[in-house]
Amino acid sequence: MTALNQLTIAEARDALRKGDTTSLALTEACLAAIEGAGALNAFVHHTPEIAREQAKAADARLAAGDAPAMCGIPLGIKDLFCTKGVPSQAASNILKGFRPEYESTVTSQLFGAGAVMLGKLNMDEFAMGSSNESSCYGNAVNPWRRGNDTAELTPGGSSGGSAAAVAADLCLAATGTDTGGSIRQPAAFTGIVGIKPTYGRVSRWGIVAFASSLDQAGPMTKTVRDAAIMLGAMAGPDAKDSTCSDLPVPDFEAALTGDIRGKKIGIPREYRMDGMPAEIEKLWSDGAAMLKDAGAEIVDISLPHTKYALPAYYVVAPAEASSNLARYDGVRYGHRAKLGQGDGITEMYEKTRAEGFGKEVQRRVMVGTYVLSAGFYDAYYNRARKVRALIKRDFELAFEAGIDSILTPATPSSAFGLGEMADADPVAMYLNDVFTVTVNLAGLPGIAVPTGLDGRGLPLGLQLIGRPWEEGDLLNHAYVLERATGFVSKPAKWW
Amino acid sequence: MLDLTFTAPQPKVISGAKAEWELVIGLEVHAQVASNAKLFSGASTTFGAEPNANVAFVDAAMPGMLPVVNEFCVAQAVRTGLGLKAQINLRSAFDRKNYFYPDLPQGYQISQLYHPIVGEGEVIVDMGPGPDGKTIARLVRIERIHLEQDAGKSIHDMDPNMSFVDLNRTGVALMEIVSRPDIRGPEEAAAYVAKLRQILRYLGTCDGNMQNGNLRADVNVSVCKPGQYEKYQATQDFSHLGTRCEIKNMNSLRFIQAAIDYEARRQIAILEDGGSIVQETRLYDPDKGETRSMRSKEEAHDYRYFPDPDLLPLEIEQAWVDDIAATMPELPDARKARYMGDFGLTDYDASVLTAEKENAVFFEAVAGGRDGKTAANWVINELFGRLNKESLTIAESPVSAAQLGGVLDLIGSGEISGKMAKDLFEILWTEGGTPAEIAAARGMKQVTDTGAIEAAVDAIIAANPAQVEKARANAKLAGWFTGQVLKATGGKANPAVVNEMVARKLGL
Repeated sequence: MTALNQLTIAEARDALRKGDTTSLALTEACLAAIEGAGALNAFVHHTPEIAREQAKAADARLAAGDAPAMCGIPLGIKDLFCTKGVPSQAASNILKGFRPEYESTVTSQLFGAGAVMLGKLNMDEFAMGSSNESSCYGNAVNPWRRGNDTAELTPGGSSGGSAAAVAADLCLAATGTDTGGSIRQPAAFTGIVGIKPTYGRVSRWGIVAFASSLDQAGPMTKTVRDAAIMLGAMAGPDAKDSTCSDLPVPDFEAALTGDIRGKKIGIPREYRMDGMPAEIEKLWSDGAAMLKDAGAEIVDISLPHTKYALPAYYVVAPAEASSNLARYDGVRYGHRAKLGQGDGITEMYEKTRAEGFGKEVQRRVMVGTYVLSAGFYDAYYNRARKVRALIKRDFELAFEAGIDSILTPATPSSAFGLGEMADADPVAMYLNDVFTVTVNLAGLPGIAVPTGLDGRGLPLGLQLIGRPWEEGDLLNHAYVLERATGFVSKPAKWW
Repeated sequence: MLDLTFTAPQPKVISGAKAEWELVIGLEVHAQVASNAKLFSGASTTFGAEPNANVAFVDAAMPGMLPVVNEFCVAQAVRTGLGLKAQINLRSAFDRKNYFYPDLPQGYQISQLYHPIVGEGEVIVDMGPGPDGKTIARLVRIERIHLEQDAGKSIHDMDPNMSFVDLNRTGVALMEIVSRPDIRGPEEAAAYVAKLRQILRYLGTCDGNMQNGNLRADVNVSVCKPGQYEKYQATQDFSHLGTRCEIKNMNSLRFIQAAIDYEARRQIAILEDGGSIVQETRLYDPDKGETRSMRSKEEAHDYRYFPDPDLLPLEIEQAWVDDIAATMPELPDARKARYMGDFGLTDYDASVLTAEKENAVFFEAVAGGRDGKTAANWVINELFGRLNKESLTIAESPVSAAQLGGVLDLIGSGEISGKMAKDLFEILWTEGGTPAEIAAARGMKQVTDTGAIEAAVDAIIAANPAQVEKARANAKLAGWFTGQVLKATGGKANPAVVNEMVARKLGL
């Protein structure tokens, strides 16, 4: 029998409802797995007492027959989510010791549905990064390795801890957030499923902001079905977030019919990059072929402004971040630098922020400040906004032409080695987001599905991009792809 | 309907050592929106609470907190716009103005730079009565009104090594009301703020309390040679005008005037000395009566304005605006015109009575069903005079409108004389009570019984033959008899009746 911590949400739900297991048993199995996985550095705050208490309460609900799908499911929570009374630091030293007095809408909805919190998960500082190397806790480690090579690999970022934890069966699923690919890229690097919903589908209230117009939370799970179940519990209207949609949440799991006959799936020619590894090329065309076999029509499409997406993203996101991170000033909470004789408020700001923010965060705050400053605003920020509108229009035209979803690679490569990019130009790291940022800029739903392994045995994923607010349909396409590829590989346990 | 005549503002001319100069003034008035809750949070706006008692998580910029606009504050801005006959923008948007300061927890102020909620409007400014007794009115154009957050308060004098921050005010809604540079002198500037304050108070959109800082103004002042302003008006090209300085945070009409006067003379002295004006922000020091540089343009912040991604564009419907328009109160100019028309009041009296809405409401309660002019005289001279003397507001008046109305009724029916009425008012002021009952209990009743008066007149005439001769020769002296009769009757005789009778008996 599968160990309890290896269950999917759907399996655990069914077992709990049948009384085959208890939430407490699931929770203990996960806590034990976490205990033995220190080498992965996925969990950065452990909350076993909360977990056991929530598990007991969930078991009581299950016994009473009042059990939503997520009831009793042990989860890991990305450190970006504010969790009441539990350290919530966005993996930054500047929030050292910060314990919020409030619970984010997403975690509040999950816990309200009976889910169990095992602890907080590692990530890139303020969700800025693609390798989890900018974390104040040190990087998380990918449970996958290149065959027998013991070199440690990145789990991707920014939701690297979430990806590592799910892939290593430390929890049944985890929350992630995605501003430019931070759910989908780590999901692809670790062989799991990650969906970024339509912008506004999930409340941002209580999630530490990186770039407000791009940030969306989503589930990171072992299967597409789990993503559908968990997204249903995370999503929904929230009067506390003005950008959150009033649309009701459909039953995403019910959308998984496995039938995509007659659907049109677009293959955007602009995503075929120069120098793309042959195995990514093959993965992509194999994916398209499988969808075709399932009865979908494969259509070549053009998204002409794609090449401007990455530069536009790296103007818009830092611009918003530079403003969103201004509140970390040492005045009210978190880190405050020790001041010297004669230091005033300016020195307090400078020293606090110099000590509290890591290099990548500082870089983006400076870039963002620059692109918003007088004289450069039109050349950078305003132009990037225009590009963003054009990218959105590209997608709208494709959907208007009858395209139901768009298939692309999720990442330009498989997981790279930790430290491998340390000396590289930051832009080389930003290229990790090349297939994913367009989706955030356009506010669309996107899902990464593991579809194969590369020559060194590392997982690779494909991305499906859907129509706005049609996550159900998108999940169904992903479900078909998942079933067709039959991806069941797990990392060999070395930790 | 309203019959208002107004002119363009008139330039104040200051003679420098070498030439004559005109003033050009524009104001940015920050009016705190009258609302129980803040612009983007549910925290209270009550003044005088314990430090940091009225602070929601979003006001303190806790991580992950998001602003949600307070619909009532938006309605108040729309109401203000309608009150200033301004264009209401059905689509506006919030922007972030970024700068660091400890009393600005977010590190940015949410404001409306690019798309304000209210566009162009106007204020008709009263400059007091002209030679013909009619109010001189001038039109000042409003450029825009936008909604924004107030900042908190930094306190630097409580501790030698630390500063303290009070966030109670952080996030309170402000309307920034921006005028065109239409104002041409210190008096006009003060009158403009006074009129704006009056309109806001009538609308109930700002309490106008300048002392608490709930209404304050940034004043932009420049000087130019005569004729330059007209060129600017013709072209809208600001280069015809002088370089301006902005005097920040003025919360007194008197200081506004003094500061503008000082600032204009300072600029003229520099220009006549061959110097040039540096565009900068200045502070007025009321103790020294001068303005001082706060920061120059080089040190000026780059606010890096950009659309706030946490807030969707603010879209309102015309029907909603129409609903607000349907509940607009009568505004000061309309009320004043009505008082002049319906009650026959003078321009001056109507202005005094409508200056504050509470006063006008009081007056109307007194004047209802009574003679308007008498009511106006009593409210202005007796009541306001007494309130002023004792530094009381109308709300604190010991004499109510009903009581004063009772006094007027006794005068109107001839039951008491004007002299008695003043005594009665004094009793009401100090002791309270019902006018008719007090008059009855204290024998305040003027005698209109002609028999009793006739007997008194006859007795005085009989006793003073010499005076009778003089009065017959000079009718003006008949007043002496009236006085004697009033004296003999203890002031209770109705003077009009006595006059008439004396004249008849003397054969005048």
